[in-house]
Amino acid sequence: MSVDMRTFLAHVELANPVTTAAGCAGSGRELAQFFDLHRLGALVTRSITMAPRAGRPTPRMAETPSGMLNAVGLQGPGIDAFLERELPWLAQRGIRTVVSVGGGTVAEYSALARRLTDAPGVTAVEVNLACPNIEDRGRVFARDGGAAAEVIASVRSVMRYDVPVVAKLSPDVADVVAVARACVDAGADALSMINNPLGMSIDVDALRPTLAAGTGGLSGPAILPLAVRCVWQVHAAIPGVPIVGVGGVTSGHDALQLILAGACVVGVGTALFHDPYACLRIERELEELLQAKGFHRLADAVGLAHRPTARHLLVDSEESSL
Amino acid sequence: MQVTGTVLTTRRVDAYHALTVVAPGVAERFRPGHFVSVAVGGPRTSMVTRRALSIHDVKPDYGGTVELVFTAKGPGTSWLAERRARDTLDLVGPLGRPFPLPRDPASCVLVGAEYGAAALFPLADALMERGCRIDFALGAASADRVFGAMRARRMAETTTLTTEDGSLGLRGSVTDVLPSVIADTRADVIYACGPMETLRAVTAVAIEFDIPVQVAVEESMACGIGVCMTCVLPVIGDDGVTRMVRACVEGPVFRGERVRFEDVGTIPFDALGAPGGGARNVG
Repeated sequence: MSVDMRTFLAHVELANPVTTAAGCAGSGRELAQFFDLHRLGALVTRSITMAPRAGRPTPRMAETPSGMLNAVGLQGPGIDAFLERELPWLAQRGIRTVVSVGGGTVAEYSALARRLTDAPGVTAVEVNLACPNIEDRGRVFARDGGAAAEVIASVRSVMRYDVPVVAKLSPDVADVVAVARACVDAGADALSMINNPLGMSIDVDALRPTLAAGTGGLSGPAILPLAVRCVWQVHAAIPGVPIVGVGGVTSGHDALQLILAGACVVGVGTALFHDPYACLRIERELEELLQAKGFHRLADAVGLAHRPTARHLLVDSEESSL
Repeated sequence: MQVTGTVLTTRRVDAYHALTVVAPGVAERFRPGHFVSVAVGGPRTSMVTRRALSIHDVKPDYGGTVELVFTAKGPGTSWLAERRARDTLDLVGPLGRPFPLPRDPASCVLVGAEYGAAALFPLADALMERGCRIDFALGAASADRVFGAMRARRMAETTTLTTEDGSLGLRGSVTDVLPSVIADTRADVIYACGPMETLRAVTAVAIEFDIPVQVAVEESMACGIGVCMTCVLPVIGDDGVTRMVRACVEGPVFRGERVRFEDVGTIPFDALGAPGGGARNVG
């Protein structure tokens, strides 16, 4: 008996919970050479900005223990080229597409939302509040609940009512629950966590930072525990809000950790660099794992680790000390 | 595109390592200039990025084999250097845009520095099949780092070797001898592989002689398939606009004069989308 893998991102049903993570799937066409994108729960685009962006200078990448640092700087075509070339390509094929948006000001976010609101093929909008590469006098929206809420409220007020707005949060905050709550109060339909925490690496041969930008976002298996912790804390505090768990997922086992902590959708990012088929493999492993543990529906596992009685599912009644 | 290849043989080539891998899907689609990306460290590895390697040779044996050449300079390539026959490797490829070949027979100079020269040998085969004259200019820091000198001598009309320390051939860099090689061979086109500095100098010489030059760049990349956006360099497009393009998808082969070598490692102020203006708001 197969497991019912359907899940909901706010009110939008996804056939399975595994999506790409923002900025890790190019325009979609790169991965389409390897597999049918319809097999993804959804494709999350790179963060789209108003103007084209050339990004950061190279070197942009440094491998670190069980992870990597990146400082790409939101290189992308800008909203005009995105709506002209990239989104229609995805929409014509009927690929569920979550459009990630990034901006330097609240006005830029709402301008992006205005452009996207009538575009066909937008399943949801993910608001990148936490990209460390946006140079806004060093301030990152996700650092502060007030600033994050302002962005979310402006995007929510402009977007069509039936397109969920997802707030992407950063772990580089004193209290992730406070920022999450501020975003939900401002109208976020779902939360995505975590964005890359900031890291740094020094090239000891050159005696200088490895990345041209100095600091970069840390991704890969190294940040999985950080993601599980953030999902856990936020789900415990505001259990009704759908959570997209992202951060260092490389296997079905990792994905299940995030789901048990409270995520109903799982994003796969850096694993795609290592294995273009990672999303399909993780989805298959997750289904097998759920089946082995006796689940009939993915939804039954979401947030289960919070419930102490969950052990009854796993412990045979005859072995119970009661 | 993704295959699990089996290592057939391993060998040392002077200072470098070469692995021959049975990878039929890669071998049959290979064109000179293509590269492959290899997962390193085994299934439970902590190394999350792939290594891009150039292909030195393709043979039809066992359904198709590729020979990969690399230098062991970090934990990933050191792991690769420890592979033995019958080990398996996770390969994705062939990747990138191959070298364009001249329609009619032409006189071609193939310039290689260090192990970058490896990628020139399948190109030389393809050019010779088309009746092209080929001449090699190979250089490196020292004799043991000049790749493929013997094979080049067997294939080419002339082979010019250079080393920085004078231990093989002429003392100096490969670009020092390039003007005389071009003049002697009446070259119509130059192909070059190697470090960015060499490619810059080769392109400068080609521009001086007013002949086309095709360069294959070596940029560090995480994925090799165009999704990670880390291997970019500034290249001038057909419309005259400079864009930060990916070495793995739009390259690794570019027309030399289109690459802004002086600006590699920066975002030129006039690049599309450069911070603070320039061509930021152009189409």
